[in-house]
Amino acid sequence: MTELILYNVFNGLIIGAFYALMALGLSLILNLSGVINFAHGGFLAFGAYFAYSLAPYFGFWGALAAAPVLTALLGFLVERLLIRRLYGRDPLYSLLLTFGLAFMLQDGARIVWGSETLPFSVPGSLNNALSAEYFFLTGYRVFMVALATATVAALFAVLRWTRIGMRIRAGVVDLETVSALGVNIGRLRSFNFALGIFLAGLAGVLAAGMLGLQPTIGNDLIMPSFVAIIIGGLGSLPGTLVGGLLIGVASGVTTVFFPSASEAVIYVLMALVLLVRPRGLFGEEGRQ
Amino acid sequence: MKPERSWKLAADALVWLLLLTMPFWIGAVGGYIQLGTLVVVMALAATALNFLIGFTGIMSFGHAAFFGLGGYGAGLTIKYLVPNTLLGMAVGVVTAIVAAAIIGKLIVHLRGIYFAMVTIAFGQIFYFIAFRWNNVTGGDDGLSNWHRMPIHLGFINIDILDSAVTFYYFVLFFFALSLAAMAWALRSPFGRTLLAIRENERRARYLGIPVDNHIWLSWLISCTFAGLAGTLYVLLNNFADPHQLHWEQSGEFVIMAVLGGMRSFWGPLVGATIFIVLQNYVSSMTENWMSFIGLFFVVIVLFFPDGVLGILRKA
Repeated sequence: MTELILYNVFNGLIIGAFYALMALGLSLILNLSGVINFAHGGFLAFGAYFAYSLAPYFGFWGALAAAPVLTALLGFLVERLLIRRLYGRDPLYSLLLTFGLAFMLQDGARIVWGSETLPFSVPGSLNNALSAEYFFLTGYRVFMVALATATVAALFAVLRWTRIGMRIRAGVVDLETVSALGVNIGRLRSFNFALGIFLAGLAGVLAAGMLGLQPTIGNDLIMPSFVAIIIGGLGSLPGTLVGGLLIGVASGVTTVFFPSASEAVIYVLMALVLLVRPRGLFGEEGRQ
Repeated sequence: MKPERSWKLAADALVWLLLLTMPFWIGAVGGYIQLGTLVVVMALAATALNFLIGFTGIMSFGHAAFFGLGGYGAGLTIKYLVPNTLLGMAVGVVTAIVAAAIIGKLIVHLRGIYFAMVTIAFGQIFYFIAFRWNNVTGGDDGLSNWHRMPIHLGFINIDILDSAVTFYYFVLFFFALSLAAMAWALRSPFGRTLLAIRENERRARYLGIPVDNHIWLSWLISCTFAGLAGTLYVLLNNFADPHQLHWEQSGEFVIMAVLGGMRSFWGPLVGATIFIVLQNYVSSMTENWMSFIGLFFVVIVLFFPDGVLGILRKA
């Protein structure tokens, strides 16, 4: 029983790491530009498929490094062409446009790569179990958690200590002043959007190694990412991170006791948070 | 009478005339009666949503939840409890109202994009319940093996089961009733207050209006009629499926409202007509219909944000 619970907690952590990577990207974009990116799951799928197409030429490691960058590039183009027209308009329109974009990306992936599940193999060095007793600790899973952790740490370091990170943080608080101080906020928003999409692309490559490839691969991850942001509190990246891990573990543990509620439980958790603390766990007051 | 007012009356009369005579001309324009019925059902849902989005200024992206709850409430009642159409509808609508009342209390103080996100997320609870609770809801396959029942009112029997035309008028009856109720609510002092909240919430609050209460009531009205539309939808198909609870369905309602024109009472009807007909046409023409619908969303947002009626009004 202990082993079963441990297994599911660990599983939950992995899923939570995906949610967190997705949600951090969404949160970055939402905080600076006020756009909820419904198409985030579509970008994740493209990250996964880019890795699939690159792997034969560059190997797994090359694909892992290049695919998120390519996805970020795609995100950059989309921001320049479409998303930037939404800034300053009613948020309703950003929801609708990215909603349509999500459809287009999913269908686009289906047209290019087909709708059948494609295998995406990870190197053998990552595939063996690390421990006979805890069979679920395969190298790939531990690697995923480690890489997600490193990425999140790097993200926070960039935001904390680099000039552009500082500008993003300042822009979240008061974009107008940042602009008045001579920062090109158009470029800042593009970079920020691409950064968010980079995280989605990375999550996509990692997910492909675990789940296999399908055009709908991002669909199951996007809603929980919303929930992670709501639970963590709008405007707080650490909150988003905690929210993602929390719902991952919660759904993992629920799988042990009541499997059919493993999806619904995160929404119940969200309802509880909204009831007790409407601004979310780490949300600032007044930012609801 | 002012010319503007008589124009409006003429437009109303034309809309009702078209709706009332629909079974007689829909064949001639290449449609069929079930498609017309679907348009009316979806128009009801979109109009209900627009009560909130367009006339209260609150953005819900989760109305499929109540549309679906109404549907499953009706379907489950007719299938398992009592084979009675009207009773099933009543149960469906009440289910939607109860859920909306509880969820509304949780979220009514949220605004803007936060409100939208939370409504999307809440909707998914019901989706997963319908999806996972196989032995009752039929899960992914949907709730089937039941059908709407003819209605016996003692003095008259209405056969909505076998006659598609009768069922259309049955739907139109509820559509008319609902739209009249919403129009009436919007003309009342309550409705004017909603417009005031939409235009300037802070000022409304300073005037002493209990804003959260008003928004909650508007949300409740909106969800009620979305639930009613959901019951009509499952009766039309004799089938309830989890997709009608999914956030994609919510998005479609929003695009219908925007496409027709959020600021116009008839906007959602126009939007629903265009959207349903287009969806029907495109999905029969190509398997890449998702790209087309997606592109359609993008084009509307970028080029026609005021909707068809918004453009007509400006012109």
